[in-house]
Amino acid sequence: MKWAARNWEEVAVALYEHVLISLTALVIAAAISLALGIWAARRPRVFAATLAITGMLYTIPTLAFLALLIPLVGLGKTNVIIAMVAFSLLIMTRNVATGIREVPADIVEAAKGMGMSAWQVLARVELPLALPVIVAGLRIATVTVISVTTVGAYVNAGGLGTLIFNGIATDHAPKIWTGALAACALAVAADLALARLERALKNDRAA
Amino acid sequence: MLTDAWTYLAGHPGLFAKAFGVHVSLSIAALALASAIAIPGGVRLAHRGASALAAINAANIGRTLPSIAVLALAMPVLGTGFLPSVVALTLIALPPILINTITGVREIDPDVIDAARGMGMSGREVLRAIELPLAVPVIFAGLRTAAVQVVSGAVLATFIGGGGLGDFITSGIAMMALPLMLVGAIPVTLLSLGADALFGALQRRLTPRGLR
Repeated sequence: MKWAARNWEEVAVALYEHVLISLTALVIAAAISLALGIWAARRPRVFAATLAITGMLYTIPTLAFLALLIPLVGLGKTNVIIAMVAFSLLIMTRNVATGIREVPADIVEAAKGMGMSAWQVLARVELPLALPVIVAGLRIATVTVISVTTVGAYVNAGGLGTLIFNGIATDHAPKIWTGALAACALAVAADLALARLERALKNDRAA
Repeated sequence: MLTDAWTYLAGHPGLFAKAFGVHVSLSIAALALASAIAIPGGVRLAHRGASALAAINAANIGRTLPSIAVLALAMPVLGTGFLPSVVALTLIALPPILINTITGVREIDPDVIDAARGMGMSGREVLRAIELPLAVPVIFAGLRTAAVQVVSGAVLATFIGGGGLGDFITSGIAMMALPLMLVGAIPVTLLSLGADALFGALQRRLTPRGLR
């Protein structure tokens, strides 16, 4: 850890870039997933097609995906952000759609019976009830994206992977450890924070 | 660009076949090793409440360690090449298999186990005839996740001299030779999708009829 202490500025920059890339990708992916999930929730065929397509995007090896994007967007942060958005769509879209599907039909009926429009049912009944499941998806996606973003350093996007790749190139283990443990710590911290949010939402529901 | 990639492929069939072979053997070796460790280990841990929970927590933290970091960290300890890559990829495959084996065995309805015991089955018989078959769908879901992660992770083996299809991708990026890059990227994508489909099909086939 001596290396990390002596080079804290380099570590801080890498950490900042890492958070920036992951966060941008997650926000974009969350917006797309929310729209896609709401659309697919009550349409079984759309749901199946969405899972098949996002499942394929999820399965493509990260380095291959980054490479395939180079002819289209070149090197850098945009490349990795697109790859990470594509990568996290499956997990989040699946949870948005499942969360809405799991809302008991009689509750939805009751809301309609009270004269709510489809949009009101969605905004006031379905989405609030689906929220714990949606946050659970966000949590898994966040942890995986933080971990996988490290590979992005290879296409000049920066982030904690920079330390790992530099460490490999110079055969310098402390640098690799710093990058690896920082990515790990960031993922665990995000996981704990979102777990707390998930629990709070569930308790809120129970009360 | 695609035709250029094809021309390269047709011009270097031996080189491609070797990289493809290395990629597949890396993946199979790691998956086999990880299964041999995590499935029996998970079954044994499943019935020990505290240890099972500790193992799941440890595996969950291990899962957040980036694949590239696991490979990179194998290098200072084990050096470069095929064997260090196999060891690293085995470590990457362990958490999903272990977590799913433990949860798969634990989630079985205790009444079913009680019934089997009541019929006079021994602990070993219960494990073989009841617990393992009922846990198979969950265990295979874990194997499927692990398989995809290992095929993807094996792309990164190129960084510690492990070979595989990642070699084409990295030299393609380094020389900005896009066709060369595709020679690695397209087959490895198909390989990953294939592994996912294969384990998905296995999972469905091996699920006991009563659970389908």
